[in-house]
Amino acid sequence: MTNAKLAYEETFDCVQCGYCLPACPTYVTMKTETHSPRGRINLVKVAAEGKLSLSELEDPINMCLGCRACEVVCPTNVQYGKILESAKAVLLEEKKKGMSKRARLFQAFFFDTMLPNKKMLKAAGVGVAAYQKSGLETIARKTKLLNTLPEKLQSFEKVLPDAEGLSKRKKRKTYYPAKNEPVFNIGFFTGCVMDTMFSSINTKSIELLQQAGCDVTVIKEQTCCGALQNHSGELDKTRELAKRNIKAFEQYDFDFVVNSIGGCGAMLVEYDHLFHGDSEWEERARRFSKKNVDISVILNQLSLPYKKAVNEVVTYQPSCHMSNVQKTVREPVNLIKSIPGIHLVELPQKDMCCGSAGIYNVIHYEKSMEILDEKMKSVKKITPKVIVTTNPGCHLQMKLGVEREGLTNEIRVVHLVELLAEACGMG
Amino acid sequence: MDTEKLVDLLKEVIVDHECILTDNADLHSYSYDASFGVHVPDVVIMAKSTIEVSNIIKLANEHEIPVYPRGQGTSLSGGPLPVKGGIVLDLSKWKDKLVIDPGDMVAVVSPGVLTAQINNAALEHGLIYPPDPSSSHVSTIGGNLAENSGGPRGLKYGVTKDYVIGLEVVTPEGEIIRTGGRTVKNVTGYDLTKLIVGSEGTLGVITEATLRLFPKPQATQTLMVLFEDVVVAGKAITNILSSGILPSKMEIMDQASIIAVEDYQPMGLPTDVDALVLIELDGHLAAIKDELKQVIEVCKSVGSREINVAQTKQEEAELWKARKLVSPAIVRVKPTKISEDATVPRSQIPEMFKRLQQIKAKYQVDLVVFGHVGDGNLHPNIIADKRDHEEMRSVEKAVEEIFRAAIELGGTLSGEHGIGTLKAPFMEMELGEVGLEMMKRIKRSWDPNNILNPGKIFPEPGQRLVLTDD
Repeated sequence: MTNAKLAYEETFDCVQCGYCLPACPTYVTMKTETHSPRGRINLVKVAAEGKLSLSELEDPINMCLGCRACEVVCPTNVQYGKILESAKAVLLEEKKKGMSKRARLFQAFFFDTMLPNKKMLKAAGVGVAAYQKSGLETIARKTKLLNTLPEKLQSFEKVLPDAEGLSKRKKRKTYYPAKNEPVFNIGFFTGCVMDTMFSSINTKSIELLQQAGCDVTVIKEQTCCGALQNHSGELDKTRELAKRNIKAFEQYDFDFVVNSIGGCGAMLVEYDHLFHGDSEWEERARRFSKKNVDISVILNQLSLPYKKAVNEVVTYQPSCHMSNVQKTVREPVNLIKSIPGIHLVELPQKDMCCGSAGIYNVIHYEKSMEILDEKMKSVKKITPKVIVTTNPGCHLQMKLGVEREGLTNEIRVVHLVELLAEACGMG
Repeated sequence: MDTEKLVDLLKEVIVDHECILTDNADLHSYSYDASFGVHVPDVVIMAKSTIEVSNIIKLANEHEIPVYPRGQGTSLSGGPLPVKGGIVLDLSKWKDKLVIDPGDMVAVVSPGVLTAQINNAALEHGLIYPPDPSSSHVSTIGGNLAENSGGPRGLKYGVTKDYVIGLEVVTPEGEIIRTGGRTVKNVTGYDLTKLIVGSEGTLGVITEATLRLFPKPQATQTLMVLFEDVVVAGKAITNILSSGILPSKMEIMDQASIIAVEDYQPMGLPTDVDALVLIELDGHLAAIKDELKQVIEVCKSVGSREINVAQTKQEEAELWKARKLVSPAIVRVKPTKISEDATVPRSQIPEMFKRLQQIKAKYQVDLVVFGHVGDGNLHPNIIADKRDHEEMRSVEKAVEEIFRAAIELGGTLSGEHGIGTLKAPFMEMELGEVGLEMMKRIKRSWDPNNILNPGKIFPEPGQRLVLTDD
């Protein structure tokens, strides 16, 4: 275990102007400075100075979605992500000291074994459902690892996608050639939750890339991106996974490494941050990170063979990690607009997080639902027929929002890739 | 009184007990603003009604507990800092009222409404609320009223006080009064409205305000003018204003700020010029077309180097981007930004620029100048690192000399940020002993127990400028 330290020096970059306040979803819903970016930065600072105990720091840090909308509006470029991650790592280290052996084992099992292990994820039925069905919920409750386990976990069940069943799901091949003269040679990053619960989106992503003129390779050596581990403060585990991915993709000469998962993509483009000052890995990580892009960046440069018009009013809920970390903002919008027949209406306050934030909505269910309710107020202002997302977490959360508002028959939630595939006449 | 007892008493007058914060993390979160100094309060209350505020103040007055009204804590002068402990009264969550009356051309608002929201609501009726502090999308109207905030549009439209015609105020003894009303003309008795606005929360807590609105100008036109000599820029500004044209904004950037922006995000600005001036004209399209011609002529006749006129809205935004980038650009080297707002009469702008360069050289500080040049409200900004105490001592001396220069040139300590804790030590320098004493008398008669925002405006014996947090 590294000796985790709070990013104290970084807190001095904050001039406390407060420009981040209106951009912060938890400041809007929780209403106190304590739950704002400026507040959290200050608390990390005073905790580092010993004026606040780590247990007092815990709640404000844990309640942060990590959406990093604050970084985009910050006039002095404070590295909030770094400050937050340092606090998470310190808090986790502290917590582990006081954890029972059983709880430590569970934590280790969930992040080290279960998430990076596709077989296990598949067997369990994946993600939230996996969590319930596998009986982990009971274990977690007993070990008090997640002491705020939602009572309404079953609400997620209704919105879980009809995944390509284990038996039905075709075994993924390794190589998918371009349908015409290849423009780019692509390594496809599948993700772990994505490739089980939302595997059909990955299937469609690969097909769209082929149609647009890409040779696509799905290498078997790839593993989990490490985002969830990183958000939980498990820095060592994140680095381990990062190294495995870097090593795996280094063996090939891809033009780009492409994914359709806003959250994973954000982790991948920041791998270099994990190895700051590491002479062996920093440069390798930077090279790898530079190659990683969201699928929309690639498709936006190529042309898709649209076959039918989608005559619907759609809106787009950007993934925070895609906008704020990957800085991929225009490409998905351009792609949606390029679909024949489409009528795109901008979602008011689109830059506000939906409250999904990795597994935040599972761990902090009530707080997450308050944020979702704010989001749905915006949705109801424009009453779209389709909500487009670019990340599985947002996808589930928006479906849950639609369900909670009783709008399931009026509004459908799709991944951008699904909408594009529909317009291209794919199954 | 110990905090536990205080909280028990507060619980008797506050309906929602979740609005009383006493956790260590919460208290630390209300211990700062955007200026300097850290002061941890005993309790924070998020108030949401006049009765609640009145009851809190009555209680505080009875037990002589200090109360500090607070908006979103964007103050650059220490306005909301709880310097003597006690209660931080957070009014930023009280935003339920935002009524636009297009007939009377007024807005009636609760103190926690964001300033930009008032303007946005007014725009729906073809009206505007002109005061536009650069933090207007974050700052509350309550805070703007307390500090009498200005902004770029101050040149043509004035500042917050010019738009307030009525207030509801809770006095330091907990009484509820109304000042002014809904009419533009009102000379009934002393103008308490104007007394409260800009009193920095020391004379009362503003619980509702009635604000004037103006018709929205039909069009705007922006141009950027470059000057090789700041004296020439000053001349151009004076000549434009004396030619009968009143631009809505006139912003200046000095060479150091231009270089900082170019280093940060190259926009193709020439870095060998002495000053860059951004001018915005607003009004009827035909009128501003004609005014634009005149402005160009004036600039050329005094010897401007280059004039860049925005042809589209997009180009307009592009020109303003340079100004917006100054802040992130200048903090890249060192993180601490000391933003001053000393203001001089317009005719003294070139002289003030000269003095600022002298101060920069004398104290070896990293100083850049930008700001609202049309009304003499310059923003000399010093970039430093507050962890470096030796450097901060030089900065403090430089700032002190900036204040002295502004006053010597017939200007003022603060154009729009307020006095707060930061500038209190210099009050007598500008106002004189008697002038300051008359203000103190007003404070004493309004607030006999000195419970409302103590430690602000008036210097403590021996108080000096401190720009560090400890």
